[in-house]
Amino acid sequence: MAYSQAAHPPSTALPDVPASEKVILSAADIQRVVDRIAHQILEKTSGATGTVLLGIPTRGVPLARRLAARIHAFEGIDVPVGALDITLYRDDLRLQATRAIGKTELPGGGIDGRRVILVDDVLYSGRTVRAALDALNDVGRPSSVQLAVLVDRGHRQLPIRADYVGKNIPTALAEKVRVRLAECDGGTDEVKLLGRTA
Amino acid sequence: MTSYLIRGARILGGEPADLLIRDGRIAEPGGAADETIDGTGLVALPGLVDLHTHLREPGREDAETVETGSRAAALGGYTAVCAMANTSPVADTAGVVEQVWRLGREAGLVDVQPIGAVTVGLAGERLAELGAMATSAATVRIFSDDGQCVADPRLMRRALEYVKAFDGVIAQHAEEPRLTEGAQMHEGEVSTRLGLTGWPAVAEEAIIARDVLLAEHVGSRLHVCHVSTAGSVEVLRHAKARGVRVTAEVTPHHLLLTDELAASYDPVYKVNPPLRTAADVQALREALVEGVIDIVATDHAPHAVEDKECEWAYARPGMLGLETALPIVLSVLGERWELIADRMSRTPARIAGLDGHGGSLAVGDPANVTLVDPAARRQVDAAELASRSRNTPYAGMTLPGRIVATFLRGEATVLDGKAVK
Amino acid sequence: MIRHLLSAADLDAETATLILDTAAEMAALAGREVKKLPTLRGRTVVNLFYEDSTRTRISFEAAAKRLSADVINFSAKGSSVSKGESLKDTALTLQAMGADAVVIRHPASGAPHRLSSWVDGSVVNAGDGTHEHPTQALLDAYTMRARLGRLDGLNVAIVGDVLHSRVARSNVLLLSTLGANVTLVGPPTLIPVDIAAALSKTTRVSYDLDSVLPDADVVMMLRVQTERMQDSYFPSAREYARRYGLDVPRMRKLPEHAIVMHPGPMNRGMEIAPEVADSPRSTIVEQVANGVSARMAVLYLLLGGKA
Repeated sequence: MAYSQAAHPPSTALPDVPASEKVILSAADIQRVVDRIAHQILEKTSGATGTVLLGIPTRGVPLARRLAARIHAFEGIDVPVGALDITLYRDDLRLQATRAIGKTELPGGGIDGRRVILVDDVLYSGRTVRAALDALNDVGRPSSVQLAVLVDRGHRQLPIRADYVGKNIPTALAEKVRVRLAECDGGTDEVKLLGRTA
Repeated sequence: MTSYLIRGARILGGEPADLLIRDGRIAEPGGAADETIDGTGLVALPGLVDLHTHLREPGREDAETVETGSRAAALGGYTAVCAMANTSPVADTAGVVEQVWRLGREAGLVDVQPIGAVTVGLAGERLAELGAMATSAATVRIFSDDGQCVADPRLMRRALEYVKAFDGVIAQHAEEPRLTEGAQMHEGEVSTRLGLTGWPAVAEEAIIARDVLLAEHVGSRLHVCHVSTAGSVEVLRHAKARGVRVTAEVTPHHLLLTDELAASYDPVYKVNPPLRTAADVQALREALVEGVIDIVATDHAPHAVEDKECEWAYARPGMLGLETALPIVLSVLGERWELIADRMSRTPARIAGLDGHGGSLAVGDPANVTLVDPAARRQVDAAELASRSRNTPYAGMTLPGRIVATFLRGEATVLDGKAVK
Repeated sequence: MIRHLLSAADLDAETATLILDTAAEMAALAGREVKKLPTLRGRTVVNLFYEDSTRTRISFEAAAKRLSADVINFSAKGSSVSKGESLKDTALTLQAMGADAVVIRHPASGAPHRLSSWVDGSVVNAGDGTHEHPTQALLDAYTMRARLGRLDGLNVAIVGDVLHSRVARSNVLLLSTLGANVTLVGPPTLIPVDIAAALSKTTRVSYDLDSVLPDADVVMMLRVQTERMQDSYFPSAREYARRYGLDVPRMRKLPEHAIVMHPGPMNRGMEIAPEVADSPRSTIVEQVANGVSARMAVLYLLLGGKA
């Protein structure tokens, strides 16, 4: 009895044929990208006042924590960090085996009247973010919502865009973007593009 | 009357020989016959006799009739069946037993010998008119409240005594009712797991113990229906050693199936007495071989679909048996034909007093004959059964032995595995 | 994922733990202002109750509604095979209605098993005869874990009419799967035969409540119906209470941290003294709240994915 772990966005299983692998972001690249987004947040939010970072499990959560840590390092400001699980709000539950649900943890002061920045690893169809907006609606009323992603791979199915993008990667639908972060996956950070060689 | 020559069949499993059936009897081989049957590889047995059949008529003709049950019996290799008394109305008067007897004659597929109820309405309160049934056209010799136990010890004693006048026998459904109130299955590990009220082995054993002592005390014949536990076997062994005139039967299902099957909660496995443990099954098999248990009887109990396609607790107990009995006994005992003939034909015929049945296929005997192909294997298909009901627990099982032909006093009731009428 | 929840034995340790973890998340969500989740929108859950059990039915109903499922209450009380519609015909009706899940409470052991062979949707056993009540065991395990932090190695005493208790059967199975040590306590007449072989080899039986209490982390008191007296399972309510009731002096024999549970409804003064039922050790009210979370978790895990 295995449950698929939440993977965002829904990805098709890789075919059993020789696949190509390309590293898109190395560990050092990821570090630079996180630094840049942290700077952009500070810039766009006038010093991150009244801001909350909510990571979307699984990999959005450590990314949100890294961003908060970098913001603290740059400006000495403590930005509250939380997690917002969106499993129970997904519109594709019926398409896959039952998913285990992740943790939702809102920071102490809640989110009402604050600027919430949703953090996720990959922006793809936009459905995860749509679900996150629904989930957010049920837990409070932020003054505004922004979106930060490590990678934007295109192929949007909904009118959603990110406010902060680490890297835009043009992809084919058959390709898959795989993000590995030390906190959840062990080893070193890395973003890879996996695809068919055919 | 058509005469039949069966060529090269193994009579009671012996060397291949010819068997001539003429004018209703076994005849001296030689000369021509109207029909010749190739008996190569087949075994000829005396027609089987079932001491325990529920034909449901009168009252539940939607589940079985004397005719459909007779056809099922013939297809199972039987030439005589004893029809239990728990019909509606109960076979507790000469009128009802004669009706059943007549219906059997009209169907003409097996000899239907009615069993009379011991007590009026099976209520266990006062004796039915046993003598009237004995002297009726049906000449009843076996009396049974089967389905119910004659629980009152005084009433049981009187019944045992009373039937001595006409060499009757009381066939007891051994079940102490106070120990089995609400009981659904064998009391043990499985009933505990399934949360079904247990039917303890002691409820059977205590009644058998009491009854063999009563039979000894009054010097009467006792027959014990559907023995199901290892403990009952021990009680019977003890009684027989003391010289008590007791006989006992075991059903094919108690020789094969165990209480684990209840785990499906499919009431097709619900039966009374219930399926027991593997250890009980083993003890029953040994007792049958040894002769502590005298015979195999089917307790063929047809039930309508709605009485089985429901919750376990609401289902009626009982399973079909006539068409699968011999294959099951074959799979349990192996090809021990003398033993099979004794346990399924000779001894039941003797207990029931059915002259002409249970012979040894000697020249001059009434030609009650069953031809079996032991090499054939058949998958049980409930839809193909001749019984009007479908409650067989063996559906999907592949069993050895196919009944090729059955002859009742020289008339073929089954030929080529198919009922003649 | 398993398709039905008919018995606590359907759950291996991994699945059971997943349900408890999911229940914990559901419980956290229950604290919010907006309790409803859109997860099972468009799914139909039928509550098919052949026995009166308002508390269980409401618990399942709340669970299904919080997940936005459509709930149909089908109270079949009073119907029987002889008079009313058969279970099979009812099953075919539910099938035609497109029930994604049927939650069934039935006085006959095994009725949910039968139902599961007649419908395509998931079947959840909400208590069948004297067989099982797996979601009760899940909420009990959840309550123990929430109070005591673990299940593995816990000593749990289940006290009372084990013979007729579906709660006890499911608890023995689930708790054993999750590593707890279960001791069944009661008069010998109310302990079913071969219980260890039937359910779990690690199960112990004791006829002496006082000897079990000092080592117990959890004492679960079962409801004892007074009509058992008529069947001579025990001589009198007074004698039962004296030998197997949990009163204040007995409660004092428990370790400091131990909790007292009861699946309800209680017979105060019979199996449990009022002072014990209302003491801080008692989890009886929590059990009710946890029931909704546990049932949400079960419904989500059965219905939240591809059918």
